Amino acid sequence: MTAWLERQIPKMVLAPSFVAVLIFVYGFIGWTAWVSLTRSRLLPKYDLHGFIQYKRLLASPRWDTAMDNLFVFGALFIGISMLLGLLLAILLDQKIRVEGVLRTIYLYPMALSMIVTGTAWKWIMNPGLGLEAMVRSWGFESFSFAWVIDPKMAIYAVVIAGVWQASGFVMALFLAGLRSVDGEIIKAAQVDGIPGWRIYSAIILPSMAPIFLSAFIVLAHLAIKSFDLVIALTGGGPGYATDLPATYMYAMAFSRGDIGQAASSAMVMMAVVFAIVVPYLYSELRAKHD
Amino acid sequence: MRNSVFAATSTLALLAAVSVSAGPQAEVLHWWTSGGEAKSVAVLQEEFAANGGTWTDMPVAGGGGDAAMTALRARVLSGNAPAAVQLKGPAIQEWFDEGVLADISSVAEAEGWDKVLPASIAAHMKCEGSWCAAPVNVHRVDWLWANAEILSANDIEMPTSWAEFNAAADKLQAAGVIPLAHGGQAWQDATVFEVVALGILGVEGFHKAFVELDPATLTSDKMHAVFDQMRKMRGYVDSNFPGRDWNLATSMVMNGEAAFQIMGDWAKGEFLAAGKVPGEDFLCASAPGNGFLYNVDSFAMFDVDGAEKQDGQALLAKLIVGQNFQKVFNLNKGSIPARVDVNMAEFDSCAHLSAAEMTSSSKEGSLLPSYAHGMALRGAQSGAITDVVTAHFNSDMSSDEAVTMLENAVRNSL
Repeated sequence: MTAWLERQIPKMVLAPSFVAVLIFVYGFIGWTAWVSLTRSRLLPKYDLHGFIQYKRLLASPRWDTAMDNLFVFGALFIGISMLLGLLLAILLDQKIRVEGVLRTIYLYPMALSMIVTGTAWKWIMNPGLGLEAMVRSWGFESFSFAWVIDPKMAIYAVVIAGVWQASGFVMALFLAGLRSVDGEIIKAAQVDGIPGWRIYSAIILPSMAPIFLSAFIVLAHLAIKSFDLVIALTGGGPGYATDLPATYMYAMAFSRGDIGQAASSAMVMMAVVFAIVVPYLYSELRAKHD
Repeated sequence: MRNSVFAATSTLALLAAVSVSAGPQAEVLHWWTSGGEAKSVAVLQEEFAANGGTWTDMPVAGGGGDAAMTALRARVLSGNAPAAVQLKGPAIQEWFDEGVLADISSVAEAEGWDKVLPASIAAHMKCEGSWCAAPVNVHRVDWLWANAEILSANDIEMPTSWAEFNAAADKLQAAGVIPLAHGGQAWQDATVFEVVALGILGVEGFHKAFVELDPATLTSDKMHAVFDQMRKMRGYVDSNFPGRDWNLATSMVMNGEAAFQIMGDWAKGEFLAAGKVPGEDFLCASAPGNGFLYNVDSFAMFDVDGAEKQDGQALLAKLIVGQNFQKVFNLNKGSIPARVDVNMAEFDSCAHLSAAEMTSSSKEGSLLPSYAHGMALRGAQSGAITDVVTAHFNSDMSSDEAVTMLENAVRNSL
């Protein structure tokens, strides 16, 4: 009896959360997929109408803008955050004196919510209030920094705020990675007279590949889910120039009473996430089997 | 011991039973939670209590009603809708199509609503012939607000055509004044757009374009002209406008930084709150063009179970359209009463103008629903138009491109 219990207890303990995940994650994914095939407006309806919502989605210039922005924002946000994070980590790794303090300073932006970051940067980058006004008041009358109000540049303003928020976190990840590299190998390389930059580029960084992957996955899902940053910083504007898929979905579901359209955009967003996460999971699982 | 517990519970049960049968009840979902608006709702609440009713307040703030709509959706789906919900325009019919609205025709007929409400406003309150909602107020959208001092200093009269407006704006710009105070938020872009459209398309054209969504009107030369004028308006706005709230734009007019603002009469509340006097410190006039764009707040009545709740709903509907509430509420909120027989003596001169023009345009048939404020079209369609308007206003898109985009967006939203 006790032996039987011992064998069954883990299953019994896991069962509730398993059922919960089954219903509240996969069940609702299925529900959203179903609704995305209907003509639901204010309330969900369940008669299927084929791919009408996806056709509408593809015909919508606003969705185009949102997807373009996602790729611009995603690529720059991930790329710059990783580069800056790596650079900061390498500089901090030079056995400097106040490393603990500096590390904390760089990591702190991560403790703020995106809403706070967005609001603060909204004021900093507002040409009438922030940086531009300040520099002009010093006498540089021709200084101009008005990205937030320029529809073509506004998405880059969002990138700045996002990078500020995330690069400290990436730095911490990389710093942990740098510290985990075997010191003996580095010493051996130094004995052989290999220059510092070669040690990094040929020994340390390649051995940190899993860290790069983790950082990429964390940043990629942050980028795809980005919502609060845009809402606080630009409200999706000017016009809808900084709309992202998440803000598009929100507008359709909650402001416009167009639930079918919102569901189809959610499904496309999920497909984008899967396109990134599935290869990662696949490589992870394969590594386990080897 | 067991007995006393039993006694206590049965007393509680009795008490509960007593409180349940305590006359009319109504649960009211709304998002009037800030300053003057909250005060206005409190008026209704007091009146309801004075008539023996029990009011359950359900204020849901945030997102210009988005949060309240989310709450409403959850309540309706769980089969427990509030008695009255702040809803307006075609959204009322949209909810009626979902089969969840109540019929309050008996109240409306007993109170003679048909006689006291302008016909086009009454039409919004009816669902397939029966009354399903009660109007609270009428906001006029096509107002032109101006700083009186700036206008007289630059020797400018209130413009009565868009050509005059452009001439005045050019003159002001040359004098170093921002001609138009505007906030770059999609709904504000849409507000200016529809006011310009009313002026240029005229009453009939406006109705064709934004109520019937007639493709020929949406792609007409006059629609090109509307976008041309919008491009001009963009030039009259200062460069720092994106994201600015409407009340900040209003205070620019108040402080003399800008000359004009195009905004609904909620802007008047800002002027009055700052102690400005209409006619002396600031001027109000209907924007260039004929017609009257209305934005009517109303309460839609949802199906509820039980005699107390139905009595409460009927009482509420009666009070909302009653003379007293219509007067007090609108004095607080800056709008005008929806019924035409309210004594306007206590209202200011802008409200008098608004009330007089509402009555006259109702007779002429030029009383039109505001598309930018969700009175003319369902959410998906008006949203699609606003997307085009705001994309055009915030870029260097040509009027041709904008018209093509408008046509596609409207088709795609149906």
